[in-house]
Amino acid sequence: MMLPPYAALLGIAHVGGDDPTLLTMPSADTLLGRPGYLHGGAIGGLLEMAAIVALRSALADDGGGQIKPINVTVDFMRGGREKPTFARGTVTRLGGRVANVEAIAWQGDAAKPIAAARMNYLIVRG
Amino acid sequence: MRGGAHTLAPMLHCGTDGGMTSDPLPAFDPQRFLRHGVGGHGGLLALTYHAHGPDWVELHLPYRAELIGDPDSGVLASGPILTMMDMATSLAVWTRLGRFRPHATLDLRIDYLRPATPGKAVFGRGECYRITRSISFVRGQAHDGDPTDPLAHVAGTFMFTDAPVEAPVEKGA
Repeated sequence: MMLPPYAALLGIAHVGGDDPTLLTMPSADTLLGRPGYLHGGAIGGLLEMAAIVALRSALADDGGGQIKPINVTVDFMRGGREKPTFARGTVTRLGGRVANVEAIAWQGDAAKPIAAARMNYLIVRG
Repeated sequence: MRGGAHTLAPMLHCGTDGGMTSDPLPAFDPQRFLRHGVGGHGGLLALTYHAHGPDWVELHLPYRAELIGDPDSGVLASGPILTMMDMATSLAVWTRLGRFRPHATLDLRIDYLRPATPGKAVFGRGECYRITRSISFVRGQAHDGDPTDPLAHVAGTFMFTDAPVEAPVEKGA
């Protein structure tokens, strides 16, 4: 799936393999907030991309359509360090007009997330 | 104390100057704090200072094609707005407090009221409306020229990461 220009700016890419919803973002000085830690906005940007990838994938299997973000809530659990970050989105409910999506980001150990997001999207069916 | 606008600030100052009445440090000034620009991720987005008040800070995010999240419409991704509002509300906490104090974002929620207009710069105004010993509460809005027609509304909390501040101690106590 093509990622938008903002994903390229952050260096976000598909990990590949058999999980099309798994994304990664490399460590870079341009992604830092306070010294030594990723900016929450960069982590949030990655979570949003993971959510969109998961939703577009689910939507493609369900007749397709346009998506519009309604809101996002990001919880920051741990500081993101200067190493690669991974993220995966999960569509918890795909309805006719609204989708509920979750995304989680981690480094190293997927059982120790650094941040998680919940997002609601409006769906405009084709 | 440092400016009369923030009534909660005095008790939070005692970690560094509890009881002192002379030669207070200059109050935290977000314009001065950002006078050399923003580094790291804020620098990548070219965030700059725009305005501030006793408990709010407004930043400026120039429109760039690289910030597009939806190529079909040219609308900005929410990541850049999240970054700007995180920084604006963070600066608003220190501005209300009157000094820098290390903290970390606990959570941040954004409601997207309407898409950003392609080609237009976005302004993000963050406000801190309550500070306790450990937590600060923030809210804010992003607009692209008309503050009465915001494109996003945010609410969030920060947690101070330094040692907890005790209740104020009177001089000589």
